[in-house]
Amino acid sequence: MAYNLKEILMKEERLSGGHRMCAGCGSPIAIRAVLRALEPGDRAVITGATSCMEVSTFMYPYTAWKDSFIHNAFENAAATCSGVETAYRALKKRGKIDETYKFITFGGDGGTYDIGFQSLSGAMERGHDMVYVCYDNEAYMNTGIQRSSSTPHFADTTTTPQGSVIPGKLQQKKNLTKIMVAHGIPYVGQTTFIGNFKDVTEKAHRAIYTPGAAFLNVMAPCPRGWRYPSEELMEITKLAVETCVWPLYEVIEGKYILSYRPKNKLPVEEYLKRQGRFAHMFKPGNEWMIQQVQQEVDRAWEELLTLCGE
Amino acid sequence: MSIRERLSGNEAIAVAMKQINPDVMGAFPITPSTEIPQYFSAYVDNGEVDTEFIAVESEHSAMSTCIGAQAAGARAISATSSCGLIYMAEMLYVAASDRLPITLAVSCRALSGPININNDHSDAMSVRDSGWLMLFAETNQEAYDNYLQAMRIGEAVSLPIMICQDGFITSHAIENIELVEDDKVKAFVGEYQPQHYLLKKDSAMAVGAYATPVYYMESKRQQAQAMLDAKDVIRQVAKEFAEMTGREYGLIEKYRMEDAEEAIVIIGSSAGTAKAAIEQLRAQGRKVGLVKIRSFRPFPAEDLAEALKDVKSFAVMDKSDSFNAHCGPLFAETAAALYAAGVTGPKGISYIYGLGGRDVRVESICKVFDDLLEISRTGDVGDTYRYLDVRE
Amino acid sequence: MSWKASEMTPDVKWQDLTPGCAIFEGGTSAAVQTGDWRTMKPVLHADKCKQCLLCVPVCPDLSIPMQADGKRGDFDYFFCKGCGICANVCPFGAIEMVKDEK
Repeated sequence: MAYNLKEILMKEERLSGGHRMCAGCGSPIAIRAVLRALEPGDRAVITGATSCMEVSTFMYPYTAWKDSFIHNAFENAAATCSGVETAYRALKKRGKIDETYKFITFGGDGGTYDIGFQSLSGAMERGHDMVYVCYDNEAYMNTGIQRSSSTPHFADTTTTPQGSVIPGKLQQKKNLTKIMVAHGIPYVGQTTFIGNFKDVTEKAHRAIYTPGAAFLNVMAPCPRGWRYPSEELMEITKLAVETCVWPLYEVIEGKYILSYRPKNKLPVEEYLKRQGRFAHMFKPGNEWMIQQVQQEVDRAWEELLTLCGE
Repeated sequence: MSIRERLSGNEAIAVAMKQINPDVMGAFPITPSTEIPQYFSAYVDNGEVDTEFIAVESEHSAMSTCIGAQAAGARAISATSSCGLIYMAEMLYVAASDRLPITLAVSCRALSGPININNDHSDAMSVRDSGWLMLFAETNQEAYDNYLQAMRIGEAVSLPIMICQDGFITSHAIENIELVEDDKVKAFVGEYQPQHYLLKKDSAMAVGAYATPVYYMESKRQQAQAMLDAKDVIRQVAKEFAEMTGREYGLIEKYRMEDAEEAIVIIGSSAGTAKAAIEQLRAQGRKVGLVKIRSFRPFPAEDLAEALKDVKSFAVMDKSDSFNAHCGPLFAETAAALYAAGVTGPKGISYIYGLGGRDVRVESICKVFDDLLEISRTGDVGDTYRYLDVRE
Repeated sequence: MSWKASEMTPDVKWQDLTPGCAIFEGGTSAAVQTGDWRTMKPVLHADKCKQCLLCVPVCPDLSIPMQADGKRGDFDYFFCKGCGICANVCPFGAIEMVKDEK
């Protein structure tokens, strides 16, 4: 069925206003996009890892979730969701439940790439019928912008401050999407917010309605941590895609499919220069840092094109 | 008619689980509790139960899956030991504060380091403030009986419950045991019928809130009340259990305490050794007795004060140390119980014993009673913080 | 015990608090005003709006409601924090950010 933004938006919102995320935060945009992919008749139980999103959407007695929601801890959202999903199967088998439920977990990059990685890996390997959505804002934003393994190379964070000796984060961003592909699960997608939200919505739908474990990595910018004016969110995500810093692709039953190929691949400066966390890379004498990031992005992009048979 | 069997403590727990046929088990292997999920997964794979078994990748995830499953409306169980228990410690607190009556079998084992697989209570004692109900067993029979009563207790007060036994000593030793018939177990334990759960029809629920200082303390006060209420529930469930089986349980068990002048307070399998020591000493005319703690959480403060109020001296036996340069955890709580009840006559000492599988012999317990007799005679307690059977 | 979220006011006694701080309804945050965080405010110029709806999914605060006729409605200023993403994505200049005078 052809994608129709109006039809998608006419579905009832499953997140409520009154949550306390910062103005311009990417995570509720990701949540709304994913939840819109649910079929209206289907119910859902949402699991949230401890994160900005979690403490902002369920500050007692105010839950922003219209569906059932469970927060457990920082590092175990996937395991918790797998417990809920297993209970569903057990109770359904015993005739105690007749409705159809879907199980969706949201975690930030800290709760997904780092401290929640074991729990995620275990739940995906066991093949629970669930979707794990990482809203990737590339640092521990809830505690105040500390580096995670998802933080990009050279980014200035509060635990990788660009100093006189060490120029920000020394390591490259971990490629979690590919690690999840290596789990052999039926669906893995990488996406962000572009244009009419076709890419994220369709990927979320496939992730939710593919039986078995699915993983969706959604770049969800944080204006505070990335240091750009909040209104520019959609420009930042577009530049991430057009520079191939964050390529859009999915892997269905092990087959890589490129979702979008920029007509003119932009230089990484276009993306980096818009964000304060990379500002030091533009100081005289630091040109090598931009060159290095360009090389890294080029290599990863070429690898991805090969994997996608492009 | 009850069923006479010979079972290890681990298998007895697994049999109880099979008879109950809970909805979900999430577990991870660790010595010496490993056999429990092993036995249970065989029941699953042979169709003897229709529980969903999740072989998770860690104890942390075992408890996390249990929290998810129980919140979703299922009866969830697990089993663990030692480092596994403290690896899930963070989640134990969440299970209790979320008020989810999960049932966890613990085959108690020493904590690292040095790494050691044998029994003591340092694992269970290290999570004593997590908000879980904790019952301890002296024998395989008690482990089985406690397990059958566990869900009734936990679900009545909406708190999770740990059923503890001594690793290897009871978990692996085979003893004669009387099993309750399956249909009686099912009738006794009943169905889990939570008022609210994530998968409830036409109703949304949110679990795991961020609570500001405005609400946090009220939430904890409410949790404390559930633990207070559990004392009567444990007694009531034990009463019904006794009507079914003839086997009676309380929060504590008193043994030869009627005229005792020296007493020891002890938890778990070593109570059996202590009973043998007491018989031996009683034959010599000594007035000795013991108080065995069955319910460590809730702590039987009133029962203990009542039991100890007339002794001249007592030793509290701790199979773990608090490393506070003062005493073991059971001593601290026992002393607090006596003081709170205005019982200041008896003189008490703390004995750390049996760490990491150190044998506890009848002679060891007799030595403790000899120390107590000396204290009773002289009124001088000497060092109140002592290690038993350590080479020096 | 009804345990409605609206009854869990800051003066609720411990006896009356929902067990485990669970909430037995969805979407109770709808009672929370976040519009007072705002310093800038989006204003819709209906004459310029072509109803392309690109502004609707980008709103983090569910402040752009969809109407039954499939068109976007006016801003819900009860929630809108004034981030300005909507104004920036509008291809027609139909949303203007103005200083929010309170």
